[in-house]
Amino acid sequence: METRAIDWWVGIFVLLGIAALIILALRVGNLSGFAYDDGYVLHANFNNVGSLKSRSPVKIGGVTIGEVTHIGMNPKTYMARVTMRIKPDIKLPIDTGASIYTQGLLGEQYIAIQPGGMPQNLKPGATITMTQGAVNIDQMIGQMVFSKAEGSSKSSGNQ
Amino acid sequence: MAFFDFIPQTGRRTLLTIPNLGAASRFLLSSLWNIFNRHFSMQQLFRQIYGFGVRSLILMVVAAFFTGMVLGFQGYYALVRFGATSALGTLVALSLLRELGPVLTALLFAGRAGSALTAEISSMKATEQLSAMEMMAVNPLAWVVAPRLWAGIIAVPILCAIFDLVGIFGGYLISVPVLGVDGGTFWAQMQSNVTFSGDILTGLLKALCFGVVVTWIAAWKGYTARPTAEGVGNATTLSVVTASLTVLGLDFILTALLFS
Repeated sequence: METRAIDWWVGIFVLLGIAALIILALRVGNLSGFAYDDGYVLHANFNNVGSLKSRSPVKIGGVTIGEVTHIGMNPKTYMARVTMRIKPDIKLPIDTGASIYTQGLLGEQYIAIQPGGMPQNLKPGATITMTQGAVNIDQMIGQMVFSKAEGSSKSSGNQ
Repeated sequence: MAFFDFIPQTGRRTLLTIPNLGAASRFLLSSLWNIFNRHFSMQQLFRQIYGFGVRSLILMVVAAFFTGMVLGFQGYYALVRFGATSALGTLVALSLLRELGPVLTALLFAGRAGSALTAEISSMKATEQLSAMEMMAVNPLAWVVAPRLWAGIIAVPILCAIFDLVGIFGGYLISVPVLGVDGGTFWAQMQSNVTFSGDILTGLLKALCFGVVVTWIAAWKGYTARPTAEGVGNATTLSVVTASLTVLGLDFILTALLFS
């Protein structure tokens, strides 16, 4: 085969490889997830973060507005401290609340933001104080079983 | 007495393994270093990349496509019992990026290009072309071996990236239009669980290691083949068998190192 044709084919081959890597990075690995780089940082303290991870989404009414960047621990209060990045065009009032919910029964966990009504907005680096941690399903089932047992023993005692 | 020959034979082979490994390592390093030799030809390198990479493309694409589709089917079958089909995208992508992509690329490459490489070098040896080059003061490592080694090292990661992409596309085609998994969930779950450096790049790093190992074994088996017709055949068989087994063993070690 002619040298010129071989050069063309090898060039196309290398380009295909680079294109595949770029598509993998953007479509599969979600490198574009760093789109929140220009966002501002907020903190929130939770008593329980469940299985929340770095890069879990932060949502308002189901729409993703940011992501969790770091989960730490406050050694004094023993509360989990979640750091998140929010899109710069989303301004949140200072009486905003944050809760951790689960997508579906077994899905991944995310932070749901409930915006408040105060005129002042949270500044970058501020901490959301009104929080509700993740619901522990084991605990809930335990409570339910306990309350059922209690209820049935009461009703049998009345008879 | 043939049976009793077996025992000293085993000992002799075991003892020979160590100096052979040393000689093979010297062969690899000096061949790679010969990229700076004046007899190293870029044109040869391109010719080999064409032979190893471009001409393996169709094989890789077809294999990847079917692998992805089978992963989609089998993953769906396993996940649908738990109502967790939303994780199908993650399953297909992680299996391909971490394991199946690099390993299958390397195994197919050993069969498609490694065997041809061994046959080529060993028949050059059998027809005394390598000795003729030495007579002309051309280092056969620089002219014959180095371009082939570098071509394999360059081609395998590129083939692996294409394999991964086509495989994921095949998995998508089965999962979303055929099995009815939600397309948005498929991609979103994949994106939230696959990391670029942790999964995609380490997968390609694996492919790079396999590229080195497969071409190294193929070239070494060819270079040390007995210069007879039978020797060429034996070397070619051994090259594919040794390369495939080494890839599988090395994959275990690399997985333990990279993903733990």
